[in-house]
Amino acid sequence: MTSPVAGGVDCDLHPAVPHLTSLLPYMNDYWRDQVTTRGMTDLVSQSYPANSPISARPDWRPAQGKPGSSLADMQQEALDRFDVAYGICNPLYGVQMVFSEDMQDAFCRALNDWLVKEWLEKDTRLRGSIVIPTQSVEKSVAEIERCAGDKRFVQVLMLVMGDVPLGKRALWPIYAAAEKHGLPIGIHAGSAYHNPPTSVGWGSYHIEDYVAQAQAFQTQLTSLIVEGVFAKHPNLKMVMLESGFTWLPAFLWRLHKFWRGVRMETPWVDRAPLEIVRSNIRFSLQPVDAPPEPEVLNRLFDHMQSDELILFSTDYPHWQFDGDEVLPEGLSPDLVRKIMIDNPMATYSRLSQPATKEMTR
Amino acid sequence: MNVQLRDRPEAASTTAIKTAIADCDIHPARATKDELYPYLAKRWHTHLETYAVHAYQGMMEGPPYPKAQPNASRRDAYPPEGGPQGSSLSFMQKQHLDPNNVVLGVLNPLGATGQGQRNHDLGAALATAINDWQIEKWTSKDKRLKGSIVVANEDGVTAAAEIRKRAGDKNFVQVLLLSRNVEPLGQRRYWPIYEAAQETGLPIGVHAFGFGGNPITASGWPSYYIEEMVGHSQCQQTALASLVLEGVFERFPKLTMVMVEAGFGWAPSLAWRLDKVFDKLHSEVPHLKRKPSEYIKDHIWWTTQPMEDPERREHLFQMIEWIGWDKLLFATDYPHWDYDEPSRVLPAGVSDSNKQAFYLDNARKVYGVI
Amino acid sequence: MARHVVAAVDELPPGTRKFLEIDGRPIAVFNVKGEYFGLLNRCPHQGAALCEGPLIGLAMSSDPGEIEYTKLGEIIRCPWHGWEFDIRTGQSYCDPKRFRARAYAAHVEPGASVVKGPYIAETLKVSVESDYVVVDL
Repeated sequence: MTSPVAGGVDCDLHPAVPHLTSLLPYMNDYWRDQVTTRGMTDLVSQSYPANSPISARPDWRPAQGKPGSSLADMQQEALDRFDVAYGICNPLYGVQMVFSEDMQDAFCRALNDWLVKEWLEKDTRLRGSIVIPTQSVEKSVAEIERCAGDKRFVQVLMLVMGDVPLGKRALWPIYAAAEKHGLPIGIHAGSAYHNPPTSVGWGSYHIEDYVAQAQAFQTQLTSLIVEGVFAKHPNLKMVMLESGFTWLPAFLWRLHKFWRGVRMETPWVDRAPLEIVRSNIRFSLQPVDAPPEPEVLNRLFDHMQSDELILFSTDYPHWQFDGDEVLPEGLSPDLVRKIMIDNPMATYSRLSQPATKEMTR
Repeated sequence: MNVQLRDRPEAASTTAIKTAIADCDIHPARATKDELYPYLAKRWHTHLETYAVHAYQGMMEGPPYPKAQPNASRRDAYPPEGGPQGSSLSFMQKQHLDPNNVVLGVLNPLGATGQGQRNHDLGAALATAINDWQIEKWTSKDKRLKGSIVVANEDGVTAAAEIRKRAGDKNFVQVLLLSRNVEPLGQRRYWPIYEAAQETGLPIGVHAFGFGGNPITASGWPSYYIEEMVGHSQCQQTALASLVLEGVFERFPKLTMVMVEAGFGWAPSLAWRLDKVFDKLHSEVPHLKRKPSEYIKDHIWWTTQPMEDPERREHLFQMIEWIGWDKLLFATDYPHWDYDEPSRVLPAGVSDSNKQAFYLDNARKVYGVI
Repeated sequence: MARHVVAAVDELPPGTRKFLEIDGRPIAVFNVKGEYFGLLNRCPHQGAALCEGPLIGLAMSSDPGEIEYTKLGEIIRCPWHGWEFDIRTGQSYCDPKRFRARAYAAHVEPGASVVKGPYIAETLKVSVESDYVVVDL
């Protein structure tokens, strides 16, 4: 087993909203009445059915309630267990699935305030991601501006399967706001289900959807790179969360090969895609889509030609590994330190800043 | 601006490699729009002239994303007698088959061939016509060339009938499907095709591209041609995942498939991911008796073009070792623009036996051609 | 290096190119708006007949969506994989450090000096009355 080191950063933790009604205290009167009068149901995404094996590790499954809904459990099972200095909370509550931008906005605001109150204020190690109503770029920017004053928010969170490809220019004000505030954009596995979850339509199974997340990340990387997001926003970092990463080298070979032939189509892409990935894109560690043999994984790291790309994550409470085997076999102590501490600290600049008393207004 | 002083230059002087090769992805084209008419009933002539083809995409002429070169093809591949690239057998022989010593060439007709047709009757008629056309214009005239049975893919029953009709016809070596369809390829609407292919002992070539009405990302339509080109590889990954997870290879255990023109570098990662998730979620797919990677290993071959092209050649070799030198079928994609030149495609350092497998023997084995 | 007489000026008006072989090497000579350029007709990538590609401009951008289009007619785009090369220098734009097309200087000489030599004009009859395109090779 590769041993974790103390003082790391867990970049992908999933605190669960117990129920839509848990957000009612954070909504205004109108939305509170909308939720109750219309009998709105809990916003559980089919990406993570509550009882699916991947939705929670068996020994992390609470006796009652949703996995990830208890701070005490998270402390004991993740924060304390892996002795981290920081844990970044990425709520996966299904607010992206609704179709009204007004409703999405109200729910995102409630979710972000709930995160501060129920999690960030209760454990000083915790940091948060700002969930934004992506159907409205204007409202997304406003929500970033509203939350950014609280330095405990260290990133902006989007899903890998949304309404439009992530590189599309219409979304860029979101990226400008994030860059301005030193917030990376986290792109997490999952779908708003406004489009089929694969590029060849709707499959039959949950397992199929989960496998397809990796393909969705690939198309989004293409979009982000060729649209020129990082030419316009060179200081913006994006973190692919729960994406897997073993697909990256072959994906980049292909992108690079075609880019050399159609460079003139997107001339703002003025360097090889791998260089853009090295400077602007990071990946969370779990799930490690590699076989258990250390030599394969080490070859893959060699194919990636960088040891700065991977950021430590447990993906708590999702079931990606057993026991304490959060780090795959065969990582050198130097690489462990980079993955657990150096790379996350370099990516999330706000982690190095004091996160004292600036509260969400 | 771009006037040339001679009508057309001689064929590019390729460094002819001595070894005989198989080219598992050649695209024959029609010289004129009505070249298929002799193989179509009169009613379809009128129909096509009145309504044209009715595909799962909006453009009447050409593709939704403009290609990198005219007809997505090499600019030096226009036949001297006129017509688009790939439409002349004699020029294909002169420019490609002869100088590159192609001893087996697998034809994969694309375009309006009956695949991705919203009108299923028209689709079936076009598919039959393109198959007859392959025999008459190509395979009967050059014994090196072998056809692919094109089927109207969205109508499984009719497609299966077309396969059975051609069973035993040595002009054909595989059934042709495309990766992008109305549904993922493992869905049961396509099973009659797999049943017929297994019954007739023909592999199925799944060529990248096609139109099924779905955006090429799970987040809607992207902006650029390069996104579509790179995206074909993601479509192929998803299509293969669907085939495995629906249990197609459990249900049709003798079926073999060739992934054509979608790259192969993604294969190990996809197999690892499938196995990893299957370990947790196997109870959802109890019809699978083995790990997903085992089905891939036993049933899937890959054509090489567009060849994976990492900066360092050892990365390529390591990737191929994970897949197996016995699983790759060389292809040029002639006359398309992203053509791989046979003499340039493999870096130095490959053993003679691996080269022989890569360039020829694997293809002969998969396609049953000696 | 030898100087080869490749065409009479009248034979190669602006917007045209001429293909020929010199010492076994496939060469093309271009007239772009009155300037002459020689290029090896072989792409350094996979060996395609590079000079059969179209001459286009150079698209560059420092601001996504805003394209600066310069060097009109001075970029040759490979007929296979679409790689772009500068006709003046042979520089590639997708991988300038590793790939460069072979460019040859070309210019016009009056017939009087061509006749004197030491020019090589294997397939061309030269006379003092005309001007000639000369390539250094």
